[in-house]
Amino acid sequence: MPLASRRRIEARSAGERAAWWFIAPALIVLSVFFFLPVLGALLMSLTDYDLYALSDWHNLRFIGLENYVRLLHDPLFWKALGNTVYFVALGVPLSIGVSLGTALLVNARLARWRGLFRTVFFAPVVTTLVAVAVVWRYIFHTRYGFLNYALGGLGIAPIDWMGDPHWAMPAIVILAVWKNFGYNMIILLAALQNIPEEHYEAARIDGASSWQVLRHITLPALRPVMLLVSILTMTGYFQLFAEPYVMTQGGPLQSTLSVLYFMFEEGFKWWNLGRASAVAFLLFVLMFVVTVLQLRLGRERERA
Amino acid sequence: MTRRRAVATFLCLPLAASCARHEPGRRRLRFWAVGREGEVAEQMVRQFMREHPHIEVEVQKLPWSAAHEKLLTAFAGETLPDLCQLGNTWVSEFAALNALAPLDEYLSNSRDVALDDYFPGFLEPNRIDRRLYGVPWYIDTRLLYYRRDLLQQAGFNAPPTTWEEWTRMLAAVKEQVGPDRYAVLLPLNEFEPLLVLALQWPTDLLRDGGRWGNFRNADFRRAMEFYNGMFERQWAPRLSSTQISNVWDEFARGFYSFYISGPWNIAEFKRRMPPGLQQAWMTAPMPGPDGPGVSIAGGASLVIFRSSPRKSEAWQLAEYLSRPATQQRFYELTGNMPPRRASWASPVLEDSVYARAFRQQLDAVRSPPKVPEWERIATQMGLAAERVVRSVATIDEALTALDRSVDEILEKRRWMLERS
Repeated sequence: MPLASRRRIEARSAGERAAWWFIAPALIVLSVFFFLPVLGALLMSLTDYDLYALSDWHNLRFIGLENYVRLLHDPLFWKALGNTVYFVALGVPLSIGVSLGTALLVNARLARWRGLFRTVFFAPVVTTLVAVAVVWRYIFHTRYGFLNYALGGLGIAPIDWMGDPHWAMPAIVILAVWKNFGYNMIILLAALQNIPEEHYEAARIDGASSWQVLRHITLPALRPVMLLVSILTMTGYFQLFAEPYVMTQGGPLQSTLSVLYFMFEEGFKWWNLGRASAVAFLLFVLMFVVTVLQLRLGRERERA
Repeated sequence: MTRRRAVATFLCLPLAASCARHEPGRRRLRFWAVGREGEVAEQMVRQFMREHPHIEVEVQKLPWSAAHEKLLTAFAGETLPDLCQLGNTWVSEFAALNALAPLDEYLSNSRDVALDDYFPGFLEPNRIDRRLYGVPWYIDTRLLYYRRDLLQQAGFNAPPTTWEEWTRMLAAVKEQVGPDRYAVLLPLNEFEPLLVLALQWPTDLLRDGGRWGNFRNADFRRAMEFYNGMFERQWAPRLSSTQISNVWDEFARGFYSFYISGPWNIAEFKRRMPPGLQQAWMTAPMPGPDGPGVSIAGGASLVIFRSSPRKSEAWQLAEYLSRPATQQRFYELTGNMPPRRASWASPVLEDSVYARAFRQQLDAVRSPPKVPEWERIATQMGLAAERVVRSVATIDEALTALDRSVDEILEKRRWMLERS
């Protein structure tokens, strides 16, 4: 081997070694606080680790995939999964739609008090959910609630938001969308402000209507950001927990029980940590698959 | 939330520092108490420390919502305290964990704690395999709160003593108040009212030593039919407690006339009922299927953990807290009712018209099955009842499903029992 190239290899490996040193602290922290616990949880999901096992290791049974098999046969797990998918299917498009709408409004050239509206729309994101839940519980109240009062003005009969198993999840969706749309709005707003003004000028000269401008200039320019926003929102919404926890405790009739809530109850309420870990891995697999699909879809659309 | 906690921690730092600076020669005793009792416990132990200058008691307060979790975490991390307040349905669970020290020996040598002075129904949950693992600290049972005036308007001067009488009153009250108001409130997310009705029948809820669910028996079905009937006939609203903005306000408005609840609500109703209605409400013992009925033997116990190196000091504190004088003061501070007869001989308790019904009920209580899985089973029972009440399942379907899920919950217990 010629000397020059060997030297190049040596130099590169020295550089590589230095790089490893630089990322070592992060790697160590990650493996101690993330990879090891994940591995531990994976092993735990193959056992029936519970209260009895906590008191004495001899009460621990290695049961292979039985936790997973039992979960897949548990109607409650399917119910939780169904509820979560329903929440995601309803909540994610609605959330992104509202975010986009408000971002466009706040970005509109005619809009006044932009800074004020930006702050107002972002405010729910930074408020404490527990405090907000108290207010929303009144808003959703069947007899005294503002929402039913407003609907009554439109001639709609009062809805038992928190008590009717059919309406509890939509109520949770309304709360979640209200709480979260501001975050995506800020991201979309930043993206909107990055669209070159010349495109709009060109469109105007060509005589495009504002709807055409939106469809053919704004939305295509937002596409990469939209992909990011939809993945972030979807993964966030799959992990629905706090809203039902503070509003309904999974009720009525378990209609707002989410997968994460199911896992929380299995793990920390009933201390069946083996089963809870299995739930966590099933949820992870599900979210992973959906994210990969989304990415592939986004890439294909870009190519097209 | 996190920020508030951080602020709280910051504010408490000087406090913690002053706690840590303890004098040499004094033994530090760690006592965990839950909820409102935790706040009062600090006040209560001051006198104890004056009597026992060599013991320094450190009280830690836990919120009810996190207590169970925190205790199990402490057990796993071997940081359990010496003495602890434990909900009496948790005693069997912590006994199964082998975390509790049996108290029989201390009791036989004790001057302050005489077991025969305790209401026997409340000792029962603390007794596992004939050994006592906890001393009752205060009792909790469920009985009727009712609107005297509304009952009178419906034509009744005294509260019910049997289900049959109660049924007639519920029907009459409902007739009186019309379609928008109800006769009784049974929140759908609380299993206690149904449990009370079920415990009033002799058949046990689990069979074969707590190995299998036993909810398909005729007795439980009767309780369930009675419970469901109250909803079917529109006597009770199909509501959970999170939907009712405020049970006290609704009681004052006459939204319901009967409510099954515990002793803590005496103080709440006294405080929150408008002045004009202060004479309008009263408490009554539970009516039973045929004659005065039993209720749940709930409450909290004082337990000493097996891991504690200061068991005898912990027992001294438990003894102090079990003295009639201490328990009377505890009642004055919290409204928690004492588990001993001697403690009830106090003017404050004897003069309280609302406490009288509780005193009567204390002699007629029964504890739910003592298996570590009980809370989960009770939750399942509540869910089964909710499915029936909301007409998602028939009683037959719901009870079959309930027994199946209870059998599954108890699978590990069966395996453990067979092995030992």
